[in-house]
Amino acid sequence: MAKVPVQFTLNGSEKAEFVESGATLLDVLRDKIGDTSPKAGCRQGTCGSCSVIVDGELRLSCLTLAETCEGASIVTTAGLAEGGVLHPLQRAFMDAFATQCGFCTPGMIMAAKALLDRNPDPSRDEVVEAIAGNICRCTGYEPIIEAVLSAARSNSISAA
Amino acid sequence: MAEGTAPISPEGAAIGRPIARDDGVAKVTGRARYAADCRPPGLLHAVIAPSRIARGRVTAFDLDAAMAEPGVVAVMTPANRPPLAEDPDAKTAPIVFRLDLLQDDRIRYAGQPVAVVIGETLEAAEEGAFRLAPAYAAEPALVDIDAAEPFVPETVGLGAPVERRRGDVEAALATAAHRVQRRYETAAQVHNPLEPHAVVAVWEGDRLWVDTPSQNVARAQRRIAGLLGLPPDHVHIRSPFVGGGFGAKAFPAGPQVLGILAARLVGRPVKLVLSRAQMFGAVGHRAPTRQTLRLGLADDGTIAALAHHARVASSRFDDFFEPAAALSGGVYAAGAVETTHEAVRLDIATPVVMRGPGEATGSLALECAIDEAAAELGLDPLAFRRLNHADTEPISGRPFSSKALRACYDAGAARFGWAGRPLAPRSLSDSDGRLVGLGIGTAVFPSMMFQAEARALLRADGAAIVELGAHEIGQGAATALRQIAADALGLPLSAVTLRTGASDLPDAGGAAGSSHTATAGSAIHAAGTALVARLAALATADPASPLHGAGNAVLFAADGALHAGDGRRDPHAAVLARAGLGAIEARGAAAPDRAARASHAMAAHGAVFAEVAVDPDLGAIRVTRLVGAFAAGRIVNPRLARSQLVGGMIWGLSLALHEAAQFDPATGAIANADLGAYRIPVHADLPFVEALLVAEEDTLVNPLGVKGVGEIGITGTAGAVANAVWHATGVRIRRFPIRIEDLALAMPGREKEDDA
Ligand code: FES
Ligand code: FES
Repeated sequence: MAKVPVQFTLNGSEKAEFVESGATLLDVLRDKIGDTSPKAGCRQGTCGSCSVIVDGELRLSCLTLAETCEGASIVTTAGLAEGGVLHPLQRAFMDAFATQCGFCTPGMIMAAKALLDRNPDPSRDEVVEAIAGNICRCTGYEPIIEAVLSAARSNSISAA
Repeated sequence: MAEGTAPISPEGAAIGRPIARDDGVAKVTGRARYAADCRPPGLLHAVIAPSRIARGRVTAFDLDAAMAEPGVVAVMTPANRPPLAEDPDAKTAPIVFRLDLLQDDRIRYAGQPVAVVIGETLEAAEEGAFRLAPAYAAEPALVDIDAAEPFVPETVGLGAPVERRRGDVEAALATAAHRVQRRYETAAQVHNPLEPHAVVAVWEGDRLWVDTPSQNVARAQRRIAGLLGLPPDHVHIRSPFVGGGFGAKAFPAGPQVLGILAARLVGRPVKLVLSRAQMFGAVGHRAPTRQTLRLGLADDGTIAALAHHARVASSRFDDFFEPAAALSGGVYAAGAVETTHEAVRLDIATPVVMRGPGEATGSLALECAIDEAAAELGLDPLAFRRLNHADTEPISGRPFSSKALRACYDAGAARFGWAGRPLAPRSLSDSDGRLVGLGIGTAVFPSMMFQAEARALLRADGAAIVELGAHEIGQGAATALRQIAADALGLPLSAVTLRTGASDLPDAGGAAGSSHTATAGSAIHAAGTALVARLAALATADPASPLHGAGNAVLFAADGALHAGDGRRDPHAAVLARAGLGAIEARGAAAPDRAARASHAMAAHGAVFAEVAVDPDLGAIRVTRLVGAFAAGRIVNPRLARSQLVGGMIWGLSLALHEAAQFDPATGAIANADLGAYRIPVHADLPFVEALLVAEEDTLVNPLGVKGVGEIGITGTAGAVANAVWHATGVRIRRFPIRIEDLALAMPGREKEDDA
């Protein structure tokens, strides 16, 4: 298979890789670069565990070709904490017991971040809608919704 | 329990505190390492080629085409699979399941691994598996539970009696004033933890390192070592984080062993991860059931006879029989009671334990039948349940070690607002014109306990490390067990480190049967108690200790120090320092108290209340509220416990309304083998859910008084939802999950009968 060069920034640092044509962003992140925070729950776009943010947009990395990310800015859950300080969403997920087995958690946090980035003060329905593509088999979702709402509240407090 | 067991320090204790999860930071930062996240140098990728037929033989592979695919390193088939020391079909231990490890060309179910393709990349391996194009000689396959000839198996579940009886059910039925007989169907379901089974295998000579998710690392180690002919201590299983198991990871599955064999074949590290479709194949499922309940009722509303018969499906080649009827021996008082099973053999993979195995499906049928009996008598379903409260276990006559079910009924009913519920169905509606119904179910789950060991090490600085091969599968074991350790050692939480999730540590039993906190926690408690006893012996014998000469019995450990009842104290670190010791270690073991278990029935109980709203035209069901009240002995961490209970309640809702694996009669394969078509609830499906914890003290169940909360949430809930649907619509659907079309067609507006 032909290899294609691709360059992008991942959580602020420059990456340059030769990737197989047709390789998914999920596999490139996990296997080539070693960022295993996006999870492979299905590899077919049905679970959301592989969610990442590409140029501000929420994307399922299992359905995104790595070669289409040339020049893109990619954010994963691994890049959220700054200088060892957890992102408000990460804090809120811990405080609300919004993680059990944790396998859905990085994808959930990405979906929530994409929402809060464009809508810092979402309604409960908007939160539900934003994470509707992400499956959690453990928590029953309510703590996740709570976590996202509470992160939004704490954001607006710190921004005030 | 054992003599000399120290009382748990009452004040300022860690047990009972709702502390945050210890693994929270690792999980929210994406740093938690699951098996598939491991990338040892030189790693190759393997994929399973699954059978597309359910019965027959593989007649050929296109090996040349597969090997010609760039990046394919090897293809493993029955012809070149490395030898095994044991026949994977041999029953080498009391609880061992037969595995498909390429032992021959025979196909026994769709999705069975027929080859493994190993490549430099995942894509290469997948492409190679595609090119392999197995050819088959197919034979007719049977996958329909209703079409097969039944037989009576020797046991059900993991060794439980197939039939139990107390009193003469037939006689009691014959003379009962009222009789209710109903048949219920439940569908096959698939665990679908979000993390697919994965294995990363690295061989070094005759030593093997395996990263793989497991609910029982000691069992996995024994099984894998046996198959490979290795001493168990040469097999190192690591499973620090499990992305959900629900029973699917309780036993090592064939594909995990195939990944290990692939690594042996190619002499390099290999990663094998199942695709989501393959998660519907060789890693087990919940068997479908057909259940018949017969109740004989007296005019005063008491149950004279209760008979629960279940037909369950298993594979043709192995024995796991869902013990669906068994729980009915322990829930409601009845003059005579019997639970019986029959089974059929189908061309399917062997079913296995899945969250609430038997209890989930059995409770659904029982709670519906109890509701139908209450309706027959014109009684409020909660009043009927209270009236038939079992003060002793009906099937055995044994007293319960503790049972706060009445308090659960009270607390749940009050919180939910049960009082004033109209008796007649189809009496309530909401402002959108939807039919509203309220239902109840009794929750029950046996309090199991297994054997475990743990070791504790206290260091000179007063900090401790506690080690055991326990399992963090999402339930919060790592956190709860550390809380137990802190109290057992009399240390602040900050001074205790817990190491778990590896087969090199003492065997902590499995994370199954809602028993892990009780089992592993009791071992930790014993190890801590032993360590404190050693420390106390050092202190009381030391003339320089403030506790010199104090009797051991009056000492207890708390806040990092030993205390005498009179206010004298001696810090752990000071005792060690004066003794010139760098550290002291102690081991502890726990096992079920056979005598207490022979004389008492032990179970957690609860009451679940459900509210549903049903579209009167379309039959679309929405569960709007679920309230459960549960009594499960001592609660180690209320937030974790509620997380487990709520998660379980969602599974109950899903059992009643969502999940069904559909076997295609033409191919024998599961037709809806992906997360789009197999309906796992998503946010939008879910109601307001609340789990209340009802206080309960139990001094018999185990030294900690812990009963377990992992599975009870499913029980009660599924029945409560089904009963609420009936209350909303007046239609009783007995085929689960309840399909919208079944409900819509049967609704009164459609000129159909209630008695579908
Ligand atoms: S792995 Fe991408 S959606 Fe499931
Ligand atoms: S926490 Fe397990 S899948 Fe969400």
